[in-house]
Amino acid sequence: MNINVELPDKKAAVNGEVRMNTRNLSLFYGSFQALRDITLDIQENAITAVIGPSGCGKSTFLRLFNRMNDLITGVRVEGSVELDGINIYDKDIDVVALRKKVGMVFQKPNPFPMSVFENVAFGPRRHGKNNRAELADTVEKSLKQAALWEEVEDKLEQSALALSGGQQQRLCIARVLAVEPEVILMDEPCSALDPIATLRIEDLMRNLAESYTIVIVTHNMQQAARASDMSAFFMMEEDRAGILVEYGPTAEIFTNPKDKRTEDYITGRFG
Amino acid sequence: MLTVAPRQVSQQVAFGLLIVATAIVVVPVIVIILQIIINGGGAITWDFLTQPPAQAGKAGGIFPAILGTFYLMLGTIIVALPIGVLAGVYLSEYARENWFTRTVNMAIVNLAGVPSIVYGLFGLGIFVLAFHFGMSLLSASLTLACQALAMTVTTSREAILAVPREYREGSLAVGSTKWQTIRHIVLPQAMPGIITGAVLAMSRAAGETAPILVVGAAFFLPALPQSPFDQFMALPYHLYTVAAHIPGMPKTTIWGVALVLLVVVLSFNVLATIIRLRARKRRYST
Repeated sequence: MNINVELPDKKAAVNGEVRMNTRNLSLFYGSFQALRDITLDIQENAITAVIGPSGCGKSTFLRLFNRMNDLITGVRVEGSVELDGINIYDKDIDVVALRKKVGMVFQKPNPFPMSVFENVAFGPRRHGKNNRAELADTVEKSLKQAALWEEVEDKLEQSALALSGGQQQRLCIARVLAVEPEVILMDEPCSALDPIATLRIEDLMRNLAESYTIVIVTHNMQQAARASDMSAFFMMEEDRAGILVEYGPTAEIFTNPKDKRTEDYITGRFG
Repeated sequence: MLTVAPRQVSQQVAFGLLIVATAIVVVPVIVIILQIIINGGGAITWDFLTQPPAQAGKAGGIFPAILGTFYLMLGTIIVALPIGVLAGVYLSEYARENWFTRTVNMAIVNLAGVPSIVYGLFGLGIFVLAFHFGMSLLSASLTLACQALAMTVTTSREAILAVPREYREGSLAVGSTKWQTIRHIVLPQAMPGIITGAVLAMSRAAGETAPILVVGAAFFLPALPQSPFDQFMALPYHLYTVAAHIPGMPKTTIWGVALVLLVVVLSFNVLATIIRLRARKRRYST
């Protein structure tokens, strides 16, 4: 292996509790199978990276955990996805409550066209918090957690669209943090950002992992190696269904992969 | 070697034709507006705008017709806007593709294509006679609202669909309900488009003559309407009557009525454009 990055020490993180898991999970878009028989545990307070070539179902997989796939018509799920032992695909699950617990940050920064303050306050307001002082506290706390406070402290009332791309993405992270989630899903959160902004987000992720469970989809091998504790390598089968090839501690996946296909991928032989 | 090839000549010819065709589009508009201003400008006085007509419209002003037209626009939009927005939200956010939504969509397309006099007869049959609203502002507003619905539903739906998916996802991802997302993200974003459609629908209602003819417009009334159940005067109908049915009508007065009607309609179109431009500017500026 010759990935030129230093692997962080991950001993502490990997022996956590299992927070979410999938069991024999398959997902279909109509008759097309996008994911096949995926069984995997997401560790608490760890960063789990989902890597693999384009079209292997990484994003689809991520969107299982907050049921964002529900928005697409014709999606069918088999098997189970559990949060703390409860199958979130059960009929009586409140999807709104689930999404409050399992927040999501998207590929393209998507701040709402409103002020910085209102962006962060948006979630709490929807959940019934309307007291201005409480909201101000939440906004400040969330922006600090997202390492954005110092940069926007004096422009809280300005449009969020005026911020730089990296700031916008941290704002979106703050927006998610403001509703006090337990799990944060990140769908290629740095793919629209420059390298400096990317590193800032990675630092932020490492800090957040102390109190949150994070699952991140990334195209960037270095990013997965640098920032994650656990890595899951996905690939497509011949019918284009995504499968889980290998899953384990990031250090092992990147230095001593058990599967030939993983090795080929991370050394850049395909994908 | 560097001489002009035939294909370049044909390019020049095609280009010229395109420009001429485009210029022709502008000509009627300019001619109509200039003609009306030149011929009718002289009729516009303070009294013309604020006094009731006298001597079958040959003297006095057209205030009751102006007021009636504004009442009509108001009545039309009060009915057509809420229904249009709610239907637009349903069609774009909730409706699944089935026979019901297909029927609704087909109805909307046909609603827009029905000749306006047919709306008038429909209003006469339903509102005036069946509902006993009589020949009145109410009947006329409801009739014009039916006609305006096609536009308010369509523009609302388009404006709602144009709200980026990223915004909806961002809202849902923090645990908002679908309705909260519509209420706090989608509708505010779509509002300029919705308002633009509403204003255009109003300006069209202001210009309609045929439908109101049979549901309550009068050429002359001794008093201004006091309730929605009263008859009313309206600019387009007034224009039609003074131009076609009153012998010895001063030409300036006819053009003057046309000018006032044109200003009312155009100012609403301009208003719609301003709303749209301001919304666009706000969205992209920092």
